[in-house]
Amino acid sequence: MPTLEMILNGKEVSVEVEPGDLLAHVLREKLGLIGTKISCGEGECGSCTVLVDGFTVTSCIYPAMKAHGREVTTIEGLAKGSQLHPIQQAFVDVTAPQCGYCIPGMVMSAKALLDENPHPTQEEIRMGISGNICRCTGYYQIVEAIELAAQRMAEEGGAP
Amino acid sequence: MWDDYLFPHSVKEALDMLEARGADVRIIAGGTDLALQRQGGRNPATVMVDITRISGLERIEERDGYIHVGARVTHAQVAASPLIRSRAGVLAEACGSVGGPQIRNVGTLVGNVVNALPAADGAIGLTALDAQAEVAERTGRRWTPISDLYAGVGRCTVDSCQAMITQLRFKALGDGEGDAFERLAKRKALILPILNAAVVVGVDGGAVKSARIAIGPVATKPFVATDAAEWLIGQAPDAAAAANAAKLAAQTAEPRYSLLRGSAEYRKSMVEVLVRRALTRALALASGEGGGHADS
Repeated sequence: MPTLEMILNGKEVSVEVEPGDLLAHVLREKLGLIGTKISCGEGECGSCTVLVDGFTVTSCIYPAMKAHGREVTTIEGLAKGSQLHPIQQAFVDVTAPQCGYCIPGMVMSAKALLDENPHPTQEEIRMGISGNICRCTGYYQIVEAIELAAQRMAEEGGAP
Repeated sequence: MWDDYLFPHSVKEALDMLEARGADVRIIAGGTDLALQRQGGRNPATVMVDITRISGLERIEERDGYIHVGARVTHAQVAASPLIRSRAGVLAEACGSVGGPQIRNVGTLVGNVVNALPAADGAIGLTALDAQAEVAERTGRRWTPISDLYAGVGRCTVDSCQAMITQLRFKALGDGEGDAFERLAKRKALILPILNAAVVVGVDGGAVKSARIAIGPVATKPFVATDAAEWLIGQAPDAAAAANAAKLAAQTAEPRYSLLRGSAEYRKSMVEVLVRRALTRALALASGEGGGHADS
C-alpha cells in the first residue's frame, strides 16, 4: 500500500492509501476531515473542492496519489482556532448558506479566487464559483459574501 | 480498482513502464475523464503511469514559428497563457470554456485530444489551428496531424497502453490573420456544448487568402468544413462572405438528433449562426479591425 505524504492544512501528513483512492475519500474516511463534501461524485458540482498547491480541484475525482508531495488545503485549514477566516465570517454575516452542503466548496473556490484576484468584479466572482453548484440559494448571497470578504480583507491589509 | 500508481521521471521511463507492465497499464495525465471512465467500468486498466511530473512536458513556448504545448499543460494554463492569448486566441477561448475552473486546473489539453470526443472544445480549437501531435512510442517519436488521431467517437489512434502524446504544435498567428471560437450551451459553465465552432482566417490585399473552420460535435470527429473554407478564398473579408460561408458550412455539417443537445434541424440552423459569428470576428481581426489578433 503506497504512502501519501503531503502538507495538509500546514502540517506534514503521512497516510497509507490504496493506489486508486480518491483524495476526497482519503480526506474524509482516513483523515477525518469531513468538511470536504462529496455530492455528485463526478467532478461536476464542486462541493468537494479543495486546494492543491493553491489551485482548486474537485477532490472526488482527483487521484489521492496526485497530492503526494503537494500542499493541500481544505475548509478545516482556513480558520485560526476559533477565529473564522474572513471569507467564512462573511458567509455567516450575510447568511449565504441555506442547507450548507455546497458551502465548503464555495468557500474554497472563493479563497482561490481572492488569493489570485483580491478585488474581483461581480462577474469575476461568478466565474470564480462557476464550478460550484448550489441548489438552494440562487447564488446572490454567496456572491455578496465574497464581495464583503474581499472588502474586509482589503481593509485588514489582506488576510492569508 | 487500481493496483499501482506510478510517477515516471522521463518519457522513456513512462514507455518502459507501459512495456513492462503489459495490457493493464496506461498513461494518466489530469485524469478528469479517466476517473469517470473507471467509475463507469469503462476503463479496465489497473496500473496508472502518471506523466504529470515529467520535466519538460509543462512547457508552452514558441520555437521555429510554432507554438508548442506540452502534455502536462492544463486547460487553465492554456487559457491564461499570454503567448497563446496573443498568437492563437482561438485556443485560449476554447480551453477557457471547458468544464469549470476545477476541471480546467487539472485536465490537460493533450487529454482533451486523446479522449477523442468530437465535442471537445480544446480539440476543436486545435483543429482550426491545424495542429500536430508528437507521438512517443518504443520505436521513436513522430509528428502527426491531430485529424489523424481519431479512430471513432472516444477512440484515439494513439493507444495510451502503449504510447503517449508528448506535445502539440501549431503555427503562431501573425499579422493579417484572425481567429475566433464560439460555443452554444445550456449554461455558461460545467456543461457540454450543444455546438462549438473555431475558425482561423488569413487576409491579404483585401481578400481572404486562407481559412480553416472546425465544428463540433457534428460528426464522429472534429469536423472541418472544407467546402465553406475553400469558397471563402479570394472573397472580400466582409459580413456577406461570412454569412455565405456559414451557410455552406451548415449544409455540409451533419449534426444528429440528441436528447442532450437538441434536434438535428435546430442544431444545423445553429451551426450557421455560430460559424457566421466566429468568421465575422476572425475576419475583422485579420483585417486589422479591433486592434488585430493580439487583442483577441
